[in-house]
Amino acid sequence: MARARDESSPLFAGNAAGTLRLIFYLALAMVLMVLDHRSGWLWRLRYGAAVVVEPVYRLAGLPAVGVRTLSVAFADRERLTEQNQRLREDLLLANAKLNRMAAVAEQNQRLKELLDTQHSLELNVQLARVIGVDMGAYRYQVTLNMGARDGVKPGQPVIDAHGVMGQVKEVLPTTSVVMLVTDPAHAIPVEIERSGLRTVAYGSRDGNQLTLPNIPLAADVRVGDHLLTSGLGGRFPPGFPVGEIRSVAPASTGMFMVAQAQPAADIDRSEDVLLLHDQAEPDGPPTPVKSMGPPSDLAPVMGDAQAAPAHPSSAPSIKPSTPPATPGVQP
Amino acid sequence: MNRQRLSLWWFIGTLVFALLSMLVPLPGVLEPFKPYWPALILLYWSLESEDRVTLGLAFAIGLGADLLNGVVLGEQALRLCALVFIALRFRSRLRFFPMWQQTLAVLALLLNDRLLLLIVRVLAGASLPPASWWISPFIGALLWPFLFLLLDDLRARLRIQ
Repeated sequence: MARARDESSPLFAGNAAGTLRLIFYLALAMVLMVLDHRSGWLWRLRYGAAVVVEPVYRLAGLPAVGVRTLSVAFADRERLTEQNQRLREDLLLANAKLNRMAAVAEQNQRLKELLDTQHSLELNVQLARVIGVDMGAYRYQVTLNMGARDGVKPGQPVIDAHGVMGQVKEVLPTTSVVMLVTDPAHAIPVEIERSGLRTVAYGSRDGNQLTLPNIPLAADVRVGDHLLTSGLGGRFPPGFPVGEIRSVAPASTGMFMVAQAQPAADIDRSEDVLLLHDQAEPDGPPTPVKSMGPPSDLAPVMGDAQAAPAHPSSAPSIKPSTPPATPGVQP
Repeated sequence: MNRQRLSLWWFIGTLVFALLSMLVPLPGVLEPFKPYWPALILLYWSLESEDRVTLGLAFAIGLGADLLNGVVLGEQALRLCALVFIALRFRSRLRFFPMWQQTLAVLALLLNDRLLLLIVRVLAGASLPPASWWISPFIGALLWPFLFLLLDDLRARLRIQ
């Protein structure tokens, strides 16, 4: 009760001990930051503290879950009926497309068998749910409810129904953090569907677009072009939609064109995402191109090395196809 | 004795609440409007009961927040230490400011906090944030009078100090 401490906190000046302590703590914080920035302790620490950290995430995610539950509980009948109707139509449409796709896939399979490549269209995926936790750092990350115990590994691509969302950045025992494609520190090799031009899409500073800063001036890029993963670098399998070009303009340096693209995935709204497994090719230069041409059994006998690639092509994993004969990423 | 324990739990509870509400996501549109809760709650406690809030506590809370947020370890510890130090140093004056002046002071403190964060992030190699990133301190300052009165009122009702 008694204000005995008033002497120690005079109106205009603090004591020197306080300043010293401040300097001590600030220095400690800076040392921690530098050490952590250099060597990435934090994640080991977080992994150790996962017992504490993860329940907190679940707890912080509760309001989002609650809102979702409430919105379902209080949504009126008509809206639900309408939504149901729409979903049915979508399902029907998707099924129809799938059936057509199945035929195409089979045809593709046959053609590929003819060409002796081992690329399979099947996906090995794992469904994960986004935990609604705000990770602060300008919102370029999401947290998933799957972790090391479910076999998630850093670097795994994450997709949703519409396209590539990002890749797993760090893994805790039962949760994992995904770096989105819109993160400015993220880059994904893409190709333009229409022209086959290969380039790299970076995240952008305002957080909901992609930037393609180095397109050659002479390249044929138009608004509305679709971007697909090119599969270079081996991290993302080829052929997944990444985005759609929204604007193209010459860069301020005049050396390149810069394009802005809208991500194909519902970055903000996705609740369920897919984790891709088994994308095989390690980092590094792609394997040398095998000779394209008639099937190997028709080829003149060169030696027994030729017979090796004739694998059964029903492997359930994604094997990136050998890239076409064009040389690597264009500048 | 019991009342003292209650007030201690109340103190801890508000801090945990601050950390949790830092993690709770808002819908995308509202996201830039989210105030920095740990700073606000720590400010309140450093004005109201100085013997509980020390630089060490601010450091510990900051480390906890870093651990939860997954940012560089020590970032929020640094910010909260600086914030609490300034608040404690000018505590006697801040306490007797009229509410609008106090609000302005809180705004200055929060802006300073963002500036520190910006410096840390830029030094760590991050890119500059968008303009909407600067809205948050203003929202924090706008909320301050209500937060202050609410917490004070609750404290008076619970008869704890």
